[in-house]
Amino acid sequence: MVKKVTVGAVVPWPGSTAENKTGSWRTLKPVIHYEKCIRCAICWMYCPEPAILKVDPDKYPAPEGKPAIAKLPAVEIDYDYCKGCGICAEECPVNAIEMVEEVK
Amino acid sequence: MPEEFEPIAPGHSACAGCGSTQIVRWVLKEAGPNTIVVNATGCLEVFSTTYPYTMWRVPWLHVAFENAAAAASGVEAALKRMGKKAHIIAFGGDGGTADIGFQALSGMVERGHDVLYVMYDNEAYMNTGIQRSSSTPLLAWTTTSPAGKVIPGKQQPKKPVAWIIAAHGAPYVATASIAYLTDLRKKVRTALSIKGPKFIQAIQPCTTGWRFDPSLTVKLARLAVETCYFPLWEMRNGDLRTFRLTYIPKEKKPVEEFLRPQRRFRHVLQNPDLLERIQKWVDENWERMLKLHEAAVNQKL
Amino acid sequence: MVVMTLEGNEAAAWGARLARPDVIAAYPITPSTHIPERLSEWIADGIMDSEMILTESEHSALSACVGASATGARVFTATASQGLALMHEILHIASGMRLPIVMAIGNRALSAPINIWCDHQDMMSQRDTGWMQFFAESNQEALDLILIAYKVAEDRRVLLPAMVGLDAFTLTHTFEQVDVPEQEEVDRYLPKYRPVHAFLDPERPITQGPLGTPQHYMEFKYAQYEAMNRAKGVIVEAMEEFGRAFGREYAPLVPFSPGGEIVLVTMGSMSGTARVFVRGARQEGESVSHVKVVAFRPFYHSKLAELLAGAKVVAVVERAFSYGSVGPLAQDVAYAMHRYGIKAKLANFIVGLGGRDVTLRDFSEVLETSKRILKGEEDPGVFWLNVAKEEVLKAEEVIWNA
Repeated sequence: MVKKVTVGAVVPWPGSTAENKTGSWRTLKPVIHYEKCIRCAICWMYCPEPAILKVDPDKYPAPEGKPAIAKLPAVEIDYDYCKGCGICAEECPVNAIEMVEEVK
Repeated sequence: MPEEFEPIAPGHSACAGCGSTQIVRWVLKEAGPNTIVVNATGCLEVFSTTYPYTMWRVPWLHVAFENAAAAASGVEAALKRMGKKAHIIAFGGDGGTADIGFQALSGMVERGHDVLYVMYDNEAYMNTGIQRSSSTPLLAWTTTSPAGKVIPGKQQPKKPVAWIIAAHGAPYVATASIAYLTDLRKKVRTALSIKGPKFIQAIQPCTTGWRFDPSLTVKLARLAVETCYFPLWEMRNGDLRTFRLTYIPKEKKPVEEFLRPQRRFRHVLQNPDLLERIQKWVDENWERMLKLHEAAVNQKL
Repeated sequence: MVVMTLEGNEAAAWGARLARPDVIAAYPITPSTHIPERLSEWIADGIMDSEMILTESEHSALSACVGASATGARVFTATASQGLALMHEILHIASGMRLPIVMAIGNRALSAPINIWCDHQDMMSQRDTGWMQFFAESNQEALDLILIAYKVAEDRRVLLPAMVGLDAFTLTHTFEQVDVPEQEEVDRYLPKYRPVHAFLDPERPITQGPLGTPQHYMEFKYAQYEAMNRAKGVIVEAMEEFGRAFGREYAPLVPFSPGGEIVLVTMGSMSGTARVFVRGARQEGESVSHVKVVAFRPFYHSKLAELLAGAKVVAVVERAFSYGSVGPLAQDVAYAMHRYGIKAKLANFIVGLGGRDVTLRDFSEVLETSKRILKGEEDPGVFWLNVAKEEVLKAEEVIWNA
């Protein structure tokens, strides 16, 4: 991406804020306990960055004995961007997300 | 995994826990990629487009604070003339919508431009540092309506901006809350299926300006509705017979539950008289809407 | 080409019509109201194929123009005076976003007191908004300069908005014979606008109007400075091409009867009066010349200095003022003289504010004063002409709240 001073300050680089790793803002860090996660994606819906991704169902373990859940996309926190607001943990219906102290 | 349309990128500089991107993301997910966004000056515009970066993956235009509706009118006219079709969605805060941009919005609605205008209502001028707007609620603290010894916060109730737009006869007007995502998405879908000017006022809890823990954004968006402080409704063509509350809480919670986590109401929570004034405003507003809803549903209008 | 008898507003409307704008957004204001009226009629009758947005204010009119231009459309608007002042904020935005919007201005005085008649204060107050500014002397020039303005504004070397001023009533409401070019000729001169940098297309999602921090802001402004400088050459090209296409000659600065010791500099409709005066004065043996300024922004300082070579007194006669300083045109003339070593004295004559007629008698006074300055009998400076100075009460003479 060549970022010259464009005519009229046009930004012809859609989505380029992704170059800014706002994860460095974080003081609290959400951690998903996959054994509890029912993959409802509410955290994904409400992440304001958005920094929660839907990923391949097999990428993370699902709760034991719940084959239907295991077929749903798993969620993953993109720590490059997560600012640690904690909405995901607050909204998680099964308390599968824990906010822990960020250690840097 | 099939790629899902993500209209906005991370890496923007919104406060942690900001509710505005939730509104924007879901409005645009519903609208799809064939959409042009016009944005009034405000938090959303500033944190999303610091040159040379942009959060947006759809075409996006910002002109000034008070003219998103006028600029969107121009976009619409140009598209029409150029024979192109796209959804045009304008985003403005309460300042850019209910106050300085109100004339331009009224003009856009009166002229009937095919634009969906979404007001992200964080109830004060947050971009400039929490100054009162006409959409700031009764008795709320802001930096220009301080909780003083003589004057305890804003002395006027929240301006009913969606009602005023509805009174223009706009084809579709609704209120929404991100906590009721299905309702919000349905309203966006409905709005985009109708030609002409549409208006959605979405409550947007602001962690910085309302002074609450950033994890509570969605919770407050929910409590605003559960306490009937911010009722969810829709109306078509300014016709009261089409008025519908789209969500009626089974049990109306006391407004205190909505106010409690917000330090902008700390002085209210310490003073039963002030709390009572807010509860009274909420009750009267809700009663009026409930009666209207029932009359409309029972075809008594 | 068809010869028509048109008032200035109609001529400007014809200029707009022939440019085939995709979108017109306007709010009526005296004295330019007839422009959106005429365009609305043509659209209503199906003669013109443009989208017309009749906004609720001039601020919204220009905002809608910005929206339409940012979408990639050719746009037009017209206003005057208070309306132009209300647009002020958006004028800067249009030029900062490098949108080639063209606007006609019925040059009218600013309030207070409210006044609908001619002067140039409205456009002069927008001097620094980054718009190109042209002043018409006649209805023909109003039409032609609008076409030239589009040609320059949309040129990739420029990409700047432009306003064309025509004097209130003297031009806007006065009928003259106007050569109206054929549409095909204009289409050849001014092909369809093809946006290169500013468009709103879901296939190519760009962001327009971001926040510019101190890290980049000054570079954007430098780009505008360069574009305006480049416009100087492009304007001359566009005027020369216009001359070849339509047989009417234009130049950013138009000299008349050159070589005089005293040179009058004017803009707008009074330029004709100035030439009539100079012709008569020359016959009476006076050494006086005239320069008409057509392009005020960009200002052709070096070219003006060439035209002022040999002058002993330069008399800038203008219909606007910068309170606490001198007239805006005089400021540029002074810079041109200083920059390019013109040793003449500079006098600034303020005339015709708020529609006061500018007559041959005013120019006689300009000449007589200039001659006294030439002989060293009078200091050059600012002269307000045809003003009842003795009737002007001072604040300390207020008696109705004593």
